[in-house]
Amino acid sequence: MTDIVLLGINHKTAPVELRECIAFTDENTGIALDSLKTNSGINEALLLSTCNRVEVLLVTDDASVAIDSAKKFIAEFNNIPLTQFEDSLYIHRGDEAVRHVFRVASSLDSMIVGEPQILGQIKDAYKTATEKKISGVIINRLLHRTFFVAKRVRTETGIGDSAVSISYAAIELARKIFGDLDGKRVLLIGAGEMAELAVEHLIRNRASDIRVANRTFEHGLKLARKFNGQAVRIEELIDCLKVADIIISSTGSPGFILTHAQVKGMIRKRRNRPLFFIDIAVPRDIDPDINKLANNYVYDIDDLKGVIEDNVEERNREAIKGERIVDEAVIRFREWRENLAAVPTIKDLRNKLESIAEKEVNKTLRSNNISQENAEAVHRMTRALINKILHDPTQVLKNNSCMGDKSNYLDITRKLFKLDE
Amino acid sequence: MEILIIITILLYMLSAAGYFTYLFFQKEFLHKIGLYLVLAGFMCHTVSIAGVCITLGQIPVHNLHQNLSIAGWVLACVFLIFNYIFRLKIFGIYAVPLISVIMVAVSRIPNEPVQAKSIFKSFWVLSHVIAVLAGDAAFAFAFGLGILYLIQENAIKTKKPGFFFKRLPSLEMLDNAGYVCIVAGFSLLTFGLITGFVYAKAIWGKFWVWDPKEVWSGITWLFYAALLHERLAAGWRGRRAAIMAIIGFAFMLFTYFGVNFLFKGHHSEFTRLQPAETTINTILNKDDPTEKASD
Repeated sequence: MTDIVLLGINHKTAPVELRECIAFTDENTGIALDSLKTNSGINEALLLSTCNRVEVLLVTDDASVAIDSAKKFIAEFNNIPLTQFEDSLYIHRGDEAVRHVFRVASSLDSMIVGEPQILGQIKDAYKTATEKKISGVIINRLLHRTFFVAKRVRTETGIGDSAVSISYAAIELARKIFGDLDGKRVLLIGAGEMAELAVEHLIRNRASDIRVANRTFEHGLKLARKFNGQAVRIEELIDCLKVADIIISSTGSPGFILTHAQVKGMIRKRRNRPLFFIDIAVPRDIDPDINKLANNYVYDIDDLKGVIEDNVEERNREAIKGERIVDEAVIRFREWRENLAAVPTIKDLRNKLESIAEKEVNKTLRSNNISQENAEAVHRMTRALINKILHDPTQVLKNNSCMGDKSNYLDITRKLFKLDE
Repeated sequence: MEILIIITILLYMLSAAGYFTYLFFQKEFLHKIGLYLVLAGFMCHTVSIAGVCITLGQIPVHNLHQNLSIAGWVLACVFLIFNYIFRLKIFGIYAVPLISVIMVAVSRIPNEPVQAKSIFKSFWVLSHVIAVLAGDAAFAFAFGLGILYLIQENAIKTKKPGFFFKRLPSLEMLDNAGYVCIVAGFSLLTFGLITGFVYAKAIWGKFWVWDPKEVWSGITWLFYAALLHERLAAGWRGRRAAIMAIIGFAFMLFTYFGVNFLFKGHHSEFTRLQPAETTINTILNKDDPTEKASD
């Protein structure tokens, strides 16, 4: 019987220095699959390579041979000695391999549990494998189950609910301060990927009136146009304090851009309206003492990281529910695979034909007034007929005459005769 | 009648349990269960109070038992209105247990038979009692919202989002709801005081007699007036407003209970556990009782 084998390294077993040594680029993945295809011990293969993991999924008739050749292949392909990564390698077989694939796709095995990218990466890896025609019945079925399981885990557990990215955590906080962000005024000081991402999130939450302050006015103008906002000079910052609700700061300034005294002076003019500072800059732009002022809230990058850590714990709790869904799917996949063996398939096929024959014979006997003796003869003839019909297919399925692709024949047989219903 | 009160209490307590499970599991249907149970409890409560009203022929506020039962009923009513306006689902974890505790207290306090007195048979007394109690209920809600605000604000300020951070609504929402409660409470209290004065004038010819209950009601009123003024004039909000709502509630509680236990005055008989003949006589002879039947 064929076996499913998975071997790989990930962020838990190997440091980034090692992972980058044996990572496969998109282009290399195709080449690698081509050369795996030439290996006679390997029936089907899938290669997944992301920044956190490199994994090879194999379907083979002889697991130990396949594992050895896969190890050798990784070493030779990346030009590093086997001894250097062998200790970091994990190897799963059968149900364990299936479980591992399900867990990875459901993001239960990710560095940040619940992050959604991994599923897309697996889909790409599967697409490459089908293009290279190295995926077969088992991998096809396994991957389709995998996508289904991953989707179930995502919708039925809270694994992806709480924010685990800096910019998203900041938005979540803003919603806890202001409730509805509709019409809230945003002031962006400086620029930077994370800050701009936060502004985009805010706009998606219907914040309006975006103002951008930048040391170089021209750069500010460009950013303001991107957000459909308004550019202001850095000298006008204090005036902007009067109207802003959310301030995101990300400048390269060595000192504070906004001080405790400046903000305190504005409180009365702002009529105590709450003000939320998101300080992404290092060194910090916003005086942390401002947090002590009533209705003013300051979060710097470390605070936001702290929030994320709590959310990560929450996700880990939700992950337990995800594991249960995975367990269920592993059992169902095993049942499918067990049916794919020759003997149960032949048995199912025979049962199906016999039940059809019996039904039809009985119908005929009932309506044609046939004597007991003759009826016996009809039954005998039917049994002989079934045996004759099944003889050749049984031979093909039982003997290894299917050119190494037996599971494919079994699968087709099951489909042709609808044996799984 | 007794059985109705027991059913009422059971429904309120089950509702409180529903709200607590909602707090933990955050499932929408749990909130719905809590809400329907408190609604059922309220209807039961209404029937029981209506029954007493019909037999007495007047609003039943003669002793602490009846008085608290009316207070619980008004609180439940105000909660249902509040829930309809703000849809602040989590608030039930404060309001419903509060109503339940009051009703349990009602069931423990003996309901001494009282003779109907003509001084309660007046539109002014009815509106006075209901307005003042509804105002107090609104202040009680402002207090609860103030506490929730402080919990949520503390979580955000100290940057330690704990159990409540996810479950509580935004600061702005809590602050606004608290403000609305105080405005409503203040308006009702003002109306209640005016009807009380009018009635006192009608019966005894004086608006104000320096009765301790009157004095403390006045202090409570002034406190909330100051709070509202600061909010409108200087934009007081957030933490300070929440703390003031909590202190204001303490004043209100003292006016409601403390005055009656500590001082003598024409409201004292309504919190007396055993009505003493002498007290009633003194009060009736004193010829200035009743202008705020309960607050």
